[in-house]
Amino acid sequence: MTDTSDLTPRQQRRQLVGTTEAGMHSLPSVPPGANSDQDGMAGEARGQLATVARRFVHNPQAVFGLGVFAAMAIAAILTGLFWTYSVTAITNTLNAPPSLSHPFGTNSIGGDMLAQVMRGTLQDIEIALLVAVMATVLGTLVGAIAGFYGGRVDSAMMRLVDLILVIPTLVVLIVLANIVAKQANNWFWLAIIIGALSWTYIARLVRADFLSLRERDFVEASRALGATDRRLITRHLLPNALGPIIVNATITVALSITLESTLSFLGLGIQPPNVSLGLLIDQGQDSATTEWWLFVFPVVFLIMLILSIFFIGDGLREALDPKKNRVRA
Amino acid sequence: MVTYVIRRLVVSVGVLILATMLVFLLVAESGNPLALLQANPHIPRRTILIREKILHLNDPLWERYWIWFSHAIRGDFGNTIEGQPVGPQLGSHLLITLRMVVLATLLSIVLAVAVGIVSALKQGKLTDHVATVTNFVFLAAPVFVVGLLLKEFVAIPVNEHLNRIVFYTNGEQSPTLTGSFLQRLPDYAAHTVLPTITLILVTYSSWAIYQRASILETMDADYVRLARSKGISPRRVLMRHVFRNALIPVTTVIALDFAAVLGGAVITEIVFGWQGLGQWFLTGVTTLDINITLAYLLITAVIVILFNLLADILYAFLDPRIRYD
Repeated sequence: MTDTSDLTPRQQRRQLVGTTEAGMHSLPSVPPGANSDQDGMAGEARGQLATVARRFVHNPQAVFGLGVFAAMAIAAILTGLFWTYSVTAITNTLNAPPSLSHPFGTNSIGGDMLAQVMRGTLQDIEIALLVAVMATVLGTLVGAIAGFYGGRVDSAMMRLVDLILVIPTLVVLIVLANIVAKQANNWFWLAIIIGALSWTYIARLVRADFLSLRERDFVEASRALGATDRRLITRHLLPNALGPIIVNATITVALSITLESTLSFLGLGIQPPNVSLGLLIDQGQDSATTEWWLFVFPVVFLIMLILSIFFIGDGLREALDPKKNRVRA
Repeated sequence: MVTYVIRRLVVSVGVLILATMLVFLLVAESGNPLALLQANPHIPRRTILIREKILHLNDPLWERYWIWFSHAIRGDFGNTIEGQPVGPQLGSHLLITLRMVVLATLLSIVLAVAVGIVSALKQGKLTDHVATVTNFVFLAAPVFVVGLLLKEFVAIPVNEHLNRIVFYTNGEQSPTLTGSFLQRLPDYAAHTVLPTITLILVTYSSWAIYQRASILETMDADYVRLARSKGISPRRVLMRHVFRNALIPVTTVIALDFAAVLGGAVITEIVFGWQGLGQWFLTGVTTLDINITLAYLLITAVIVILFNLLADILYAFLDPRIRYD
């Protein structure tokens, strides 16, 4: 277990709680080549990867999550490509309950709900992936530089992180979203602003890992052999901090879907004619008891989407946790 | 400890001032709050010019920020675009929000600790699986979804079935409410039940997962193993060694999460049509009302900072190994 004495209570807590917000157990800071794994695997990259993969597939919850997520993503893509009705198509059947020709029913202007819900799902996944990539790259970069160099660079960067952590995210997000909502085709900008507020936790985590890793003997040895800073970071430090980063990226996907759908529900997120699950729920809420299909399908898809990602994240956390040496079946 | 607290507060004030500058710039640059008035041909040009003057819209940005800042540090948050003072509005809306938040926080703690303990003690059994999946579902479901589901599929059917209003789904109280506090209480309660349950469900889940993990981790600790091997009864080990230590991290988590509960309350209020802080703030943002936005930012940021500090202090107080100096 990585030395956690440098972490604040909040961070220690996130390491323990796993998925409540975006935490996980730290990956062991194992020098390359050391025999680290209780399964008896050598700690070289491929061996670790195989162990992690094996633990992951033995966790039914994680496999279920991955399966549901993959099924939803594939269904969303296929529907967009092959389904009879497009998102913008308007039919003559208004407010029809689910039937063979419209499995999810139609809305008050005759739009096909299957096409809408699937497009909304895909839109949510697109935004969430963009946010996760942005937050992970930015957070890792800032955390790595701050943790590796320490001193003045570190304190400057951590003040920036403090600034973002202290401001209630929802406030800034709503203010920014109000500006972005007026742009045409705003999903890209929506992803950018959510990403810009989501990288701080990863930055703190990577920094804490790097602070303890850089003092390790194998890093010293490598440095003595003449390795450059860049080589030390990319070849020695980053691979050892990769586990927590991956788990966090997964959780960021789930959290950004929550944020995006909340903004869309408030009317500040995705704007018509674009579609997202949050927007569909907002549009369907008034007829939830009469035209239930307008409300229930997007709600079920949204919850399943977020839940499956949480399960994947939780499974990854357990698979990467060195303390869990027994495989839970 | 005292130096630590003072240092933290000084840094926080600095960060807070920066935050208000940032949000001020964002709102000021995002559009003209009088655009609607200007579009209306029936409003004389003179009126708009006067409003512009009152709102200092034509002054340089730094001057406008300074006007806000110099008043705000004296406790005057200025007027809304409509010309009403912001301070009293902030107070009355905050009281409405706190009704829901305080109740939900207390009940969430009880629920989370109970669920966490039960599922940790029944680890791997059916009870644990059911509790864990339920926790995850409420963790995954966004606040507005939980609120809408309760509103549409609990309140409305129950009210229709019993043919009278048991759960109100709109507003924090009936608009025509009169009488003494005791006479008003049933009306408050009927309005508060569902929003509070919504907030409890989305709040307790992460705490329960955490409580469970914390107990399991403590049960694995060496001192617990030692206590058991000394021959202390399992019950006594749980009460004296496991629970007391497992509650320490949870306490700080709850303090840290108070800000998140406030954020959840904002969304819950909008679902249930409460005239609380959330609705007020959202209207402020969409009408580009800088003073409302900044007042809301200040009050929530101060609560975040104070509760984060409280969490750190509690942590050091409950766990003597933690030192901040």
